[in-house]
Amino acid sequence: MQVPAPFEYERATSVEHAIALRERLGEEARFVAGGHSLLPMMKLRLANPEYLIDINDLSELFYISEDANEVRIGAMTRHRDLLDSELLAQHFPIFRDAEKVIADPVVRNRGTLGGSLCQADPSEDLSAVCAALDAACVIKSTSGERVVSMADFHVGPYETAVGDAEMLTEIRIPLRPNSGSAYEKVERRAGDWAIVSSGAAVWMDGDVIANGRVGLAAVGPNTTSIETVSAALSGAAPSEELYQTVGDIAAANCSPQTDQRGTAAYKRHLAMELTRRSLRRAVARATGQEA
Amino acid sequence: MQVNMTVNGQEVSEEIEPRHLLVHFIRDQLGLTGTHWGCDTSNCGTCVVLIDGEPVKSCSTLAAMAGGHQITTVEGLEVDGELDPVQEGFMNCHGLQCGFCTPGMMLTARALLNKNPDPSEAVIREAISGQICRCTGYSTIVRSIHWAANKETKVSLGSAS
Amino acid sequence: MTTTEPAPNPAEEAAEEERPIGFGRLLRKEDPRLIRGMGNFVDDIQLKGMLHLAILRSPMAHARIVSIDVSAAQAHPKVVAVITGADLAEQGLAWMPTLSNDTQAVLATDKVRFQHQEVAFVVAEDRYSARDALELIDVEYELLSPVINVRKALDPDAPIIRDDLEGKTDNHIFDWETGDEAATEAVFLNAEVVVSEEIIYPRVHPAPMETCGCVADVERVSGQLTLWCTSQAPHAHRTVYALVAGLPEHKIRVIAPDIGGGFGNKVPIYPGYVCAIVASLVIGKPVKWMEDRTENLVSTGFARDYVMKAQIAATKEGKILAVRSEVLADHGAFNGVAAPVKYPAGFFGVFTGSYDLQAAHAKMTAVYTNKAPGGVAYACSFRITEAVYMVERIVDCLAHELKMDPAELRLKNLIKPEQFPYTTKTGWVYDSGNYEPAMRMAMDMAGYEELRREQAEKRERGELMGIGVSFFTEAVGAGPRKDMDILGLGMADGCELRIHPTGKAVVRLSVKTQGQGHETTFAQIVAEEIGIPPEDIEVVQGDTDNTPFGLGTYGSRSTPVSGAAAALVTRKVRDKAQIIASGMLEVSVADLEWTKGSFAVKGDPSKSVTIQDIAMRAHGAGDLPEGLEGGLEAQICYNPENLTYPFGAYICVVDIDPGTAVVTVRRFIAVDDCGTQINPMIIEGQVHGGLADGIGMAMMQMIAFDEDGNCLAGSLMDYLIPTALETPDWETGHTVTPSPHHPFGAKGIGESATVGSPPAVVNAIVDALKPYGIRHADMPLTPSRVWETMQGNHTPPI
Repeated sequence: MQVPAPFEYERATSVEHAIALRERLGEEARFVAGGHSLLPMMKLRLANPEYLIDINDLSELFYISEDANEVRIGAMTRHRDLLDSELLAQHFPIFRDAEKVIADPVVRNRGTLGGSLCQADPSEDLSAVCAALDAACVIKSTSGERVVSMADFHVGPYETAVGDAEMLTEIRIPLRPNSGSAYEKVERRAGDWAIVSSGAAVWMDGDVIANGRVGLAAVGPNTTSIETVSAALSGAAPSEELYQTVGDIAAANCSPQTDQRGTAAYKRHLAMELTRRSLRRAVARATGQEA
Repeated sequence: MQVNMTVNGQEVSEEIEPRHLLVHFIRDQLGLTGTHWGCDTSNCGTCVVLIDGEPVKSCSTLAAMAGGHQITTVEGLEVDGELDPVQEGFMNCHGLQCGFCTPGMMLTARALLNKNPDPSEAVIREAISGQICRCTGYSTIVRSIHWAANKETKVSLGSAS
Repeated sequence: MTTTEPAPNPAEEAAEEERPIGFGRLLRKEDPRLIRGMGNFVDDIQLKGMLHLAILRSPMAHARIVSIDVSAAQAHPKVVAVITGADLAEQGLAWMPTLSNDTQAVLATDKVRFQHQEVAFVVAEDRYSARDALELIDVEYELLSPVINVRKALDPDAPIIRDDLEGKTDNHIFDWETGDEAATEAVFLNAEVVVSEEIIYPRVHPAPMETCGCVADVERVSGQLTLWCTSQAPHAHRTVYALVAGLPEHKIRVIAPDIGGGFGNKVPIYPGYVCAIVASLVIGKPVKWMEDRTENLVSTGFARDYVMKAQIAATKEGKILAVRSEVLADHGAFNGVAAPVKYPAGFFGVFTGSYDLQAAHAKMTAVYTNKAPGGVAYACSFRITEAVYMVERIVDCLAHELKMDPAELRLKNLIKPEQFPYTTKTGWVYDSGNYEPAMRMAMDMAGYEELRREQAEKRERGELMGIGVSFFTEAVGAGPRKDMDILGLGMADGCELRIHPTGKAVVRLSVKTQGQGHETTFAQIVAEEIGIPPEDIEVVQGDTDNTPFGLGTYGSRSTPVSGAAAALVTRKVRDKAQIIASGMLEVSVADLEWTKGSFAVKGDPSKSVTIQDIAMRAHGAGDLPEGLEGGLEAQICYNPENLTYPFGAYICVVDIDPGTAVVTVRRFIAVDDCGTQINPMIIEGQVHGGLADGIGMAMMQMIAFDEDGNCLAGSLMDYLIPTALETPDWETGHTVTPSPHHPFGAKGIGESATVGSPPAVVNAIVDALKPYGIRHADMPLTPSRVWETMQGNHTPPI
């Protein structure tokens, strides 16, 4: 079987230690969290870091907590814990929807929220989830911490705002009343990357949608949060026509490529169809019609 | 570098290269060849072992990362000459043919039953969905895990009475 | 005679612990070691001083090799040797024969002819260093235009791939035909209904969970080569090595230890094996080579890759009259098809299916392309997968045109029981069959009428539900030596049985399990014939030094050929045992009666001797009947009189989400008939595995290439295999129609489900799409391809 090229290994004992190591070792160093994406890339020699900094001992980054305004999730929280979390299921059911279909149960035992976001694979699901939820990313360095939106976090495919001497430590998701969220994904087979995914989150104000967001995965850049979707949803009353309109906006705003997973036309269709579905379900949840 | 871990209840301490994959460490260095490998990309699950009781793909884990943890391989399922009910289930229900994916499947089944002693068919199918079997078409694996669950339920009821 | 049995209740079955002496459900003898992780697979083998080999492969599909610089790799401190094609050429080992009498480069010398072709290899002290050193080899290539589109391979201006073959001016490999062209044409001219369709069976790969590999160990002084290898055919491999490398055959021992699935992938000899042998020969140490998954998918025996233009002729009432086809076959860069020599298209000739026809004809052209070699693999029974897929698809197209129920159309045309043995219009003699009961049983199990009612209601509501039917006849157990050989080696199989003095036995086979359970079923065959419990019978296989010659396990041939050999060798031993018993009981041989395990005097059952008693006498000090040698053992070589023809009826039920085109296989009903059953548990397992294969091929698998010849399916991330979530709980049943010529009436079963299931799945999906006017869609029916089909944009996959 394939094996990685040689590298040096360091095990970080604290966030500060991890960041200090990163600062010292520079761009040739990478953090390894779950490792189930990074190590295959290293085995195929698509990634060849000189140093790996193992952050699996950073127990301070394994948590899901809430206060009055937001839910905070430590970057090392594993997929399995995101899936199992009753707190997340209660506030943001989109997480459970998505986690059920991210990779497979064994990979979910290792893979982490931070690892997924930092991998920044264009087909990765949690970026769309976090964008739909209007999450913010906490990035730490020796000089302190900064908080960026998901839109700013994603610089491009496989590129994030996290610098060489920085570390993503936390995701913050605002708690809003009367909210609902849902995730829809089509894949060729369980465990495969998405052909297309769509996540939706809405916040109701009485009978109308106060605001809402849709994040797409696997359909090109700048689709984790589409501005025109939010504009269309804001102040609108839920209806099939609205879901269709927003689905059409989603389809018009993506730029899918034809590949082995599907044709561009099919993916564009899915962007529409899955957005309709995720939105419909998010509203049903926000209005108490569906768990 | 030196790595220390517990494998099937025994402490081991070995000199490794940082890049050594856990699957190679287990197979080549410890000689526990019951753990197999089938792909390079975390897809097939043939290499599944338990780390602290959770199924993990050992081809996508560094031996170094397993340092300080408890590893269970297929060789650790049988205790004092007594087969794990999962092993019996696989034999009784023809849950294996070539036997290559079997160690990983059994370890995942063990971890599942530890958490959920009475899983439905859907739960079992979900639990093993990160592991590929080319021979059985999965139905007999599902039956095998059910068999083990039934046996364990009976045993625990028996001991309770 | 056919007996029918409903599907067993697995829960009840699993609960009871039977120990049949002979046929019946018996837990497997191989399992106690496999469930403990104590199997012995090739990569488990560690020898003292063993080195590791890694292969450098071409990044391009077609390119001339300008230069190779290995100096940096050789300088790596842990590298022992770096070998190129030029080095092999000096030894005359740069090329090797394929199983189709073509040649294949072991390491490329002149140019590379497919992406990932073997170019050089490194031998190093450990596997990590061997892999590292590959990065240090510098190859300069001059890019050549590749031939990727099979339809353009014979264009006059197509680049010539095999310029190594003397006088080769095109990419043509062979033309082949079968049946009567004129008679078929006459039927078509007069037919009321003719339906045509281009039906494609894309390139797929068997992808066993264990990749291919070997450990070669050449003993310096004696020259003895021991090769532990993932081989489905160790004896055939040994002979080929003797013929290719000039190694004396008695100095070659091929051992196939436990094998992690084969499915045909482990029949051919791959360049990596030859490289490992050469390395061990040159270096004088054992050398291990194990493919990684990418190497397995991109370079070893692929399967199918047939473009089939099919036509069917029928009356308006649905009486099928004739079938014909024109096939374009992509064989890749070397003709590596593993089929009997006289059958370059394998057994595609059974494309007439299970129907009583007036005429049939097929012609085929096979071509080279810049893709990996292979063609016969993946449980195909020598191209019967393609044949059955084509006929079962075109029959459904006919049903579509006639607006007839596809099950009814099949029932109307199935060969009748009284017509057996039935000679098809392409000359195959189906040994036995009773098709209608199998079809009726499948329909009953499915609740066919009810499903059709449900479908009609769903269609009213705009929901998409499909019911797919297939009925297949397999042809397995190659084969009669007058017709069938591979590289001149007859396809007969040896078997040897020894009964030890205490009545325990050892049976030695020429075939080799890759998971099929030979250790169990062959013990059961011997047990059935001689009454020794299976647990007292050791089955030896996969070691050329310790088993008789034979061609190995593929094409579902173990039970039809080697199983027959096991029964007959046991009968031979029993005949001798009877003579010994006559001496022990002091009666004539004719006065003895055999009941399983003992001979008794006719009319006086109290006077009897067990086989164990006889075994001790055979080896003991007492007198034996005059002229009889001591010992109780025999060896035979079985030459099958015909193939066996298992068959089955499959029904698949799917639901399609109209919004996303996602297909869910809701149910799959499989009724199989493989004649006499040895171990129903194992048979069911064989069927289950093949059904999952069918879902894979029909819905997600394809070895695809881009226009430059880059393989797009080089990992299990890209080449998808079904998981437990895409596969339903299989519903199986069986009928039993024994083979008249097999010693105990058995037929093969290993590949039936792989042959029969893809058309059932595709027929179900196409049936679901009927409201869209769809008559045909090609595999793999991924959500995208289904959706495009629904939009009227179906495109062939190649």
